[in-house]
Amino acid sequence: MSGWLTPRNIVVVILIAGLTLLPAYVVLTGDRFALTLFTRIVILSLAAVSLNLILGYGGMMSFGHAAYLGIGGYAVGILAAEGVYSGFVQWPLALVASALFALVVGALSLRTRGVYFIMITLAFAQMAYYVFSGLARYGGDDGQTIDKRSQFAGLLNLENKVVFYYVCLVLLFACIYLVWRLVNSRFGLVIQGARSNEARMRAIGFPTYRYKLVCFVIAGTMGGLAGALVANNTDFVSPAMMFWTRSGDLIVMVVLGGMGTLFGPVFGAIFLLVLEEVLSGFTEYWQIILGPLLVLVVLFARGGIDGLLRSLSREKSHG
Amino acid sequence: MAEPLLQVERLLKRFGGILASDDISLTVARGELHAIIGPNGAGKTTLVSQLSGQLRPDSGTIRFAGGDITSVPQYRRSALGLARSFQITSLFLDMTALDNVALAVQAHAGHSFRFWTNARGEDVLREPARAALERVGLGDRANWLASRLSHGEHRQLELAMALAGQPRLLLLDEPMAGMGPDDSARMVKTLRALKQEVTILLIEHDMEAVFALADRISVLVYGRVIASGPPAEIRANRQVRDAYLGEQEATS
Repeated sequence: MSGWLTPRNIVVVILIAGLTLLPAYVVLTGDRFALTLFTRIVILSLAAVSLNLILGYGGMMSFGHAAYLGIGGYAVGILAAEGVYSGFVQWPLALVASALFALVVGALSLRTRGVYFIMITLAFAQMAYYVFSGLARYGGDDGQTIDKRSQFAGLLNLENKVVFYYVCLVLLFACIYLVWRLVNSRFGLVIQGARSNEARMRAIGFPTYRYKLVCFVIAGTMGGLAGALVANNTDFVSPAMMFWTRSGDLIVMVVLGGMGTLFGPVFGAIFLLVLEEVLSGFTEYWQIILGPLLVLVVLFARGGIDGLLRSLSREKSHG
Repeated sequence: MAEPLLQVERLLKRFGGILASDDISLTVARGELHAIIGPNGAGKTTLVSQLSGQLRPDSGTIRFAGGDITSVPQYRRSALGLARSFQITSLFLDMTALDNVALAVQAHAGHSFRFWTNARGEDVLREPARAALERVGLGDRANWLASRLSHGEHRQLELAMALAGQPRLLLLDEPMAGMGPDDSARMVKTLRALKQEVTILLIEHDMEAVFALADRISVLVYGRVIASGPPAEIRANRQVRDAYLGEQEATS
């Protein structure tokens, strides 16, 4: 063991420093686009981190995680449309609404296994999609624009893009820290034990269902937070943000980056979104390139990007 | 004699047309090592599954430490002090040996809705887990991933996990299954030391081990208990010899 200085940890430090210093780069070069892109990356990283908690650590293959993005987003959007702009009202409501949704979905879906679990989470997310599509008062299918971002009593001005970027970044780091504490706690070990061998967990005396349900709700709540950020970032909410392909994107980020790793989802989000940005400059069929790439990762790099970085350190320590 | 720790009365379990448990009555006294033997398909594992709560009997009662546990769910039975090891190894393969046992300790240390403290740093979980690993002879494997351990070590790890909860009754379902002679001998030694401290219900194919360890033996054939008594009595029992031992001796 050479301690902390493994290639993976070096990359993580560079990642944290890079994300933290990005606005400085933007100010120096005037590259506003980088800020726009990375604000989006940071927010979707947060969503991926929350999905990773249940998918990566808990082994719960939720195929409806975008629903929380939508619910968190609509909590902000609907309140704004009704003239309530205070973030102190909007954001807690976004969290509570997604937590409740997660509680209902989890309570039903966690009674099933495998394909059925996937189908039920997907069905609930699609149900949410159609419910919001039907809300004519809030734009229906087309969605609605939000004329003012969440107000924090003059403490934070989210209209300022740099301030907003840092708010998102701090929340992302806070959630990663939270996940880190969670997965190493007694609770987290129960969750990982249930992923590894649920029958055995029950045999040694754990009522796994309730632990998984709590985990599912925590992840959903975090997803709702990401949703509130998405709404503020785009000044717009629409049912499209919870369409099932969005849930698929989040799964791709987690798998690409490395399931059940702290920073994997962030790697995955950056990789996927930057790739999308670069490739879509060449062709609108950029997914033709993404597809085979994903297949390669699944076939040859089981641990995703994080796994590749870790195998790097292993080779180094043997050499 | 004091009240038995485990008392099974007229247990009946049917799978379709097959009577897997046919009117089984059985008592295990505190402090004894009670072995159950019987040919393949005699319903031994079905019996253990009903005792541990994985299967619900069709009729009959199971009393443990004075209380009726027939309809108590599996995870509660484990909390009452009934620990089971599996015939087919069932471990957390992607965790270390120590993590495996520490989880078993944690299962008996109150609820696990504790979200903040690093559980791998809690001595109240790690120390008993280390002690259990030492007792089964896996002390030096504590930080190995379970998937890297040998088959014999898996069986020992199973035993350590069952022990970790400080059970009152240990249900061991063929702990020597698939073991070579060396591993078997080591397991017999471990069990002999353990039976001083904990009541054990042992299901085992290995006759040599059973007769070396058991205080009492029950013989299960086609879901029925055909004999029950001390090893010498079982060895002399004609019915048992016909049904089971004779065929064993002929092959060995």
